[in-house]
Amino acid sequence: MEQKKKEWSQKPGWVKENPPPAEKKSGEKSGANEEEEVGKEMKIEIDHHAALPGVFVRKNGKVQIDAGQLHYRELNNMVKGAVAEGTEEIELDNIYGQRYIGSGIRKPVKIVVHGVPGNDLGAFMDGPKIIVERNAQDGVGNTMNNGTIVVHGRAGDIVGMGMRGGKIFIKESVGYRAAIHMKEYRKHMPVLVVGGETQDFLGEYMAGGIVIALGLTANGDSRFTARHIGTGMHGGLIFIRGEVEEHQLGKEAACEPASRDDIAAIRPYVEEYVDYFGGNADDILSSRFIRLWPRSSRPFEGLYAY
Amino acid sequence: MKSYIIPEFLVERDDHHCIRCEVCVRQCAFDVHRYDEEEDEVFAHEDKCVGCLRCVTLCPTNALVVRDNPTRVPANANWTREVLHNIYKQAETGGVLLTGMGCDKEYRNYWDRITLDASQVTNPSIDPLREPMELRTYLGSKPDAVEIGGGRGRHELETRLAPQLRLETPIMFSALSYGAISYNTCECLARAAAEVGTCYNTGEGGLHRDLYRYGGHTICQVASGRFGVHADYLEAAAALEIKIGQGAKPGIGGHLPGEKVSEEISRTRMIPKGTDALSPAPHHDIYSIEDLAQLIYALKEATGWQKPVSVKIAAVHNSAAIASGMVRAGADIIALDGIRGGTGAAPTMIRDNVGIPIELALAAVDARLREEGIRNRASVVVAGGIRSSADVVKAVALGADAVYIGTAALVALGCHVCQKCYTGKCNWGIATQDPYLTKRLNPEVGTRRLVNLLTAWSHEIMEILGGMGINAIESLRGNRLRLRGVGLTREELDMLGIKHAGA
Repeated sequence: MEQKKKEWSQKPGWVKENPPPAEKKSGEKSGANEEEEVGKEMKIEIDHHAALPGVFVRKNGKVQIDAGQLHYRELNNMVKGAVAEGTEEIELDNIYGQRYIGSGIRKPVKIVVHGVPGNDLGAFMDGPKIIVERNAQDGVGNTMNNGTIVVHGRAGDIVGMGMRGGKIFIKESVGYRAAIHMKEYRKHMPVLVVGGETQDFLGEYMAGGIVIALGLTANGDSRFTARHIGTGMHGGLIFIRGEVEEHQLGKEAACEPASRDDIAAIRPYVEEYVDYFGGNADDILSSRFIRLWPRSSRPFEGLYAY
Repeated sequence: MKSYIIPEFLVERDDHHCIRCEVCVRQCAFDVHRYDEEEDEVFAHEDKCVGCLRCVTLCPTNALVVRDNPTRVPANANWTREVLHNIYKQAETGGVLLTGMGCDKEYRNYWDRITLDASQVTNPSIDPLREPMELRTYLGSKPDAVEIGGGRGRHELETRLAPQLRLETPIMFSALSYGAISYNTCECLARAAAEVGTCYNTGEGGLHRDLYRYGGHTICQVASGRFGVHADYLEAAAALEIKIGQGAKPGIGGHLPGEKVSEEISRTRMIPKGTDALSPAPHHDIYSIEDLAQLIYALKEATGWQKPVSVKIAAVHNSAAIASGMVRAGADIIALDGIRGGTGAAPTMIRDNVGIPIELALAAVDARLREEGIRNRASVVVAGGIRSSADVVKAVALGADAVYIGTAALVALGCHVCQKCYTGKCNWGIATQDPYLTKRLNPEVGTRRLVNLLTAWSHEIMEILGGMGINAIESLRGNRLRLRGVGLTREELDMLGIKHAGA
């Protein structure tokens, strides 16, 4: 769009003067935005905070950010700046609920979060590895494309919502609607491993990927109590260690004991879980697992009058 | 089961004109026409005819006439042919009635009851062919006030502006998803938008990789299914739109049946081939205005605060309050879709009975945002039954910043509004994925037709503005004094915030 558009009033044949933009590689930024005077980035003042002693520290190739006084925009701006510089590891100290950490980042950077991150941790992200030392809140890995999130505690609702790739490991339990509308696509195979229990509507609308719920609670192996598991499920697999009753399942989910092949298939993910949080993969895998899968990939077939 | 449905249309063939070329046979995906070699005659299965007029349009000798079947059910104001037809269909299938396009019921069309002003004697009118006329429109959040700095003859804007979407004409193409419409149709919309300097909208079907080059003119939608939403998609867009609802089916989700999920659609939506693509009714991360704010800011964060974020809702009873919440949640653009808004497939009862006309929703939203002093913080875009440049001008005067056109754009591409989009057999090659049908829409020709439509409408808008003595669309925005109602009740006039003609 090098050519400036003529005013219509001066030139009725205006449209012919404006050839379609040249072909660009997918994902490349369109030139149209660059000439925009008003479309410039809304820069926020981070300098006075970043310049404070101890807030933004580079050492041994790592970046350490003390987020105690930072708004999420300042924090995420600093994180993105560090990623753009090529930093491979970022440690965030004193995180108190800042949202969107790691959101939209497309490099395999390692981000260690000390504290409790806010909602939408790693939303839309494509590659980073985020390690949370404590609990996480809602929307962990919302619509994420690739990367790994490891939470050394519990997580809130809609963990892995609309997730299309990458892995999420939660040491303890998660809230409602985990893995809702998780989907897989070719080489993208999202995996969610929950060490403890899940609340209702696990895997609702699930369209692909693997969910593994281990039910390892503090008081030993308690019963899995979630209801409406796999409601509207039309793809993917859910593995639950232990038993669930028929009435706990959504009507679109079918259930049977996991086979030896199933156990072999989930072994690498359970081993990865054990690597992060400790435990014995063989012990976990030697217990009884059930496998849930969709009765149909076309749940609404026949619903309409054509 | 014998169907009790009486054919809606009669196909009449003038045997003297018919040259047995079989164009009609080949053109009809509904298999209405059949050539009998032995008899050397072409017959019609009228019960299959949907009235799309493809055969009539392409018949080289004008031998065909398709007309309404004059056979009526016994006269009855309540039990009309349509009502009976629907019941027979449901008794035969046990299914939810589906339909396509926008509501075809006779709810009052307020555009047709509003007239525009023109200058006479005082404040002389302007000739747009000779004098400058500005249609350029910026969509996005505007500051409460601007500060100008500089000095010594140099003036600079010191206020930092939020990202804006620049349009050369206040008309954009509505959200039409790849899957509901063919690839060629998407390409026509994208190329026309780029050529004219406006935007088209991907709908929720993702962005085909060959269309990334038009990213600067693309509004990428993030809907409840999050199909095809990934980093490249967000980066490619000129603006992002969170789809909460759509005028044709407020409050319900949708699904693309597996048989339409072809290789290319699977790739674009990033789902396995042949599976149903379900869009849940709500976004499961949005149950409140606060949650909406969270997604708006998640998208802004993910795209470096460089793109305006729009939120699209269906026009419903309390749209004004919702719109206020949306603005406060950080939406840069509010898109409202009225009850006449189109769709590729919606349950008939929902399409025809849920929502409110866009004129009333627009008037209410604009008034509410003004009252609250936050109108500048978001642009308002309206959709759902914009049929002409006059509708566009009236919408702008009622308070819209720009409009979306969907049905009008498809009509420009050949659509005859037969409302059978959901069958996937569109004879015009628009709402189908069948390669035999999609190739009927040539992207070059389609692009020209759309560019011509926008050019024509834009010139008409300039003429209308000139007639009012206005030389920039900006001057008309929200200027309801230039509107008058004809034949409207006191309540309707109050709702629209306009005077009756004569006043």
